[in-house]
Amino acid sequence: MNSNKLSATAVQAQDLVKIFGDNYAVNGVDLSIPAGGIYGVLGPNGAGKTTTIRMLATLLRPDRGSAKIFGYDVVKDSHIVRQLIGVTGQYASVDEKLSATENLFIFSRLLGLSSRDARRKTTELLEEFGLTEAAKRPLGQYSGGMRRRLDLAASLINQPPLIFLDEPTTGLDPRTRNQMWNTIRRLVDEGSTVVLTTQYLDEADQLADRIAVIDRGKVIAEGTPAQLKAKVGRASLELEVADRENISFATEIISQILMTEVHVTATDLITAPLADAEVITDLLLALRNARIVLSSVSVKSPSLDEVFLTLTGHPTEPTTTVEN
Amino acid sequence: MHFADKQISKSTTIALTVRQSLIMAYRGLIKVRRTPEQLIDVTVQPILFTLMFAYLFGGAIAGNVHTYLPIVIPGILAQTVLTGSVAIGVNLREDMDKGVFDRFRSLPIARISPLAGALIADAIRYIIVTVLTFTMGYIMGMRPHAGFTGVLEASLLAIVFSWCVSWMFAFFGVIAKSAAGVQGISMMILFPLTFLSNAFVPVNTLPGPLKWFATVNPVSRLVNAIRMLLEQGKTGTDFWLSLVGGVVIMTVFSILTVRAYTRKAA
Ligand SMILES: Nc1ncnc2c1ncn2[C@@H]1O[C@H](COP(=O)(O)OP(=O)(O)OP(=O)(O)O)[C@@H](O)[C@H]1O
Ligand SMILES: [Mg+2]
Repeated sequence: MNSNKLSATAVQAQDLVKIFGDNYAVNGVDLSIPAGGIYGVLGPNGAGKTTTIRMLATLLRPDRGSAKIFGYDVVKDSHIVRQLIGVTGQYASVDEKLSATENLFIFSRLLGLSSRDARRKTTELLEEFGLTEAAKRPLGQYSGGMRRRLDLAASLINQPPLIFLDEPTTGLDPRTRNQMWNTIRRLVDEGSTVVLTTQYLDEADQLADRIAVIDRGKVIAEGTPAQLKAKVGRASLELEVADRENISFATEIISQILMTEVHVTATDLITAPLADAEVITDLLLALRNARIVLSSVSVKSPSLDEVFLTLTGHPTEPTTTVEN
Repeated sequence: MHFADKQISKSTTIALTVRQSLIMAYRGLIKVRRTPEQLIDVTVQPILFTLMFAYLFGGAIAGNVHTYLPIVIPGILAQTVLTGSVAIGVNLREDMDKGVFDRFRSLPIARISPLAGALIADAIRYIIVTVLTFTMGYIMGMRPHAGFTGVLEASLLAIVFSWCVSWMFAFFGVIAKSAAGVQGISMMILFPLTFLSNAFVPVNTLPGPLKWFATVNPVSRLVNAIRMLLEQGKTGTDFWLSLVGGVVIMTVFSILTVRAYTRKAA
């Protein structure tokens, strides 16, 4: 018997490299993820998120470098590492031909639960993830969201201290996404560490305590959401006035209150950088006092594209250069 | 309760490996129940082949169907059971390409258990194919001299032999790129093995090289051993030779399969 004094660092990765053919999918990734909390790995398609997670989760052997999970090496101590992690891959890793109940029961039994405990655990998880009603149906008839939830449930059977979630909300509708966020937060409240990947800055911002931004197989920035956003730039305010006549008056008021330069686009959209969301209230009041009617107001957070543009100097999608 | 209550084990034990393999076999059986069509080969073939061979060749080879039955039923048994062992390759390949295999790989279980489970679950296929072949033979009028004991022993031998050979097909399943590829290569091996033997025709009617192959072919030994068990209730040289042949095939291919499989599953 081992005393389970787990190291305070959940993930420690050094110079991880994975090469497919001559493609460096992961090209020297260093990560240090503290235990407790949510760690976001943010990056566009093909950045190497999945490949990184798969190496950390013992599913793929690194070509170079090393990684430790709570101090245990992912290659040498893979059997121990597997007892410490739960993995929900980007694509469903459950048995399509079986029902939700059968899936969870078999995974529970494989994890060493007795037949009775496995049945109890299965019922418990089905209820927790709102799958009780559909539990007996084969997965062929499940919606994307239900599959995702079942997949997550399957990763939680043995209450692992570290959970990897690869794009847990991609393809979910806003309501289901919110449920997923709540579930993830609850896992952390219960003491787990969650490492999740996402393509959405907004999601990383909402959920993660720390974020690593990766691009083309490399970590290009790391820090708290606030630190990253400070690097990236500010949100911007966009408004439209109902009556075109008022544009210049409105512009004047906005520039006074926000104390910045204000632009008007060709489509009469008034935009201004927004440093502090608090001032919006003041601004809206001032506009109303001036009897300026607005037809739309919105605050645009910096998009992932802008983050990438700022951090890497190239857009997320590879663009074809036109020679002239 | 949380993780701290649990123990960490350094490696897996044999008892756990067996347990996990049986759970995997249980999963295989649920899948069979869900998609019974995967049993088509082991149900249709024994019925079709017994009828076809007995009535097609019976007159030509043995004078009449009734005297041909003791010759051809052992041959068909060997052939259908062996054909039943091919499916493991295709099934493994398809399974390993599915997402659920990622889950298995991320669980702290013996690497070999999904493979072992599939091989164990195949028992159901062997039992079906054996029972059907003998039932057909019985209906058509075959009455083995060694009675039910002989039938039981012959069935066991055929099943053990085929199970040994199924490691070879499992190996193709593990190393192949696609399920269609597995099917192709497996059939290419299965056909000469079963037809270039004494299963359907007497070996001495064959031309030189074919005769040589049919004589050294372990399937011929198996068919002879089955005939002997059914008619005389005895185990002879052929019994031991086929058993040894099976074990050799299994030893070689289980090592190759496990090695290829753990490398892929690592
Ligand atoms: N099994 C594989 N064989 C060959 N190339 C691969 C394989 N897996 C990934 N790649 C390549 O490695 C690179 C990184 O892929 P990866 O799946 O890790 O990206 P990702 O960040 O998860 O992307 P996405 O957001 O689309 O899921 C890509 O160029 C991809 O084409
Ligand atoms: Mg991915």
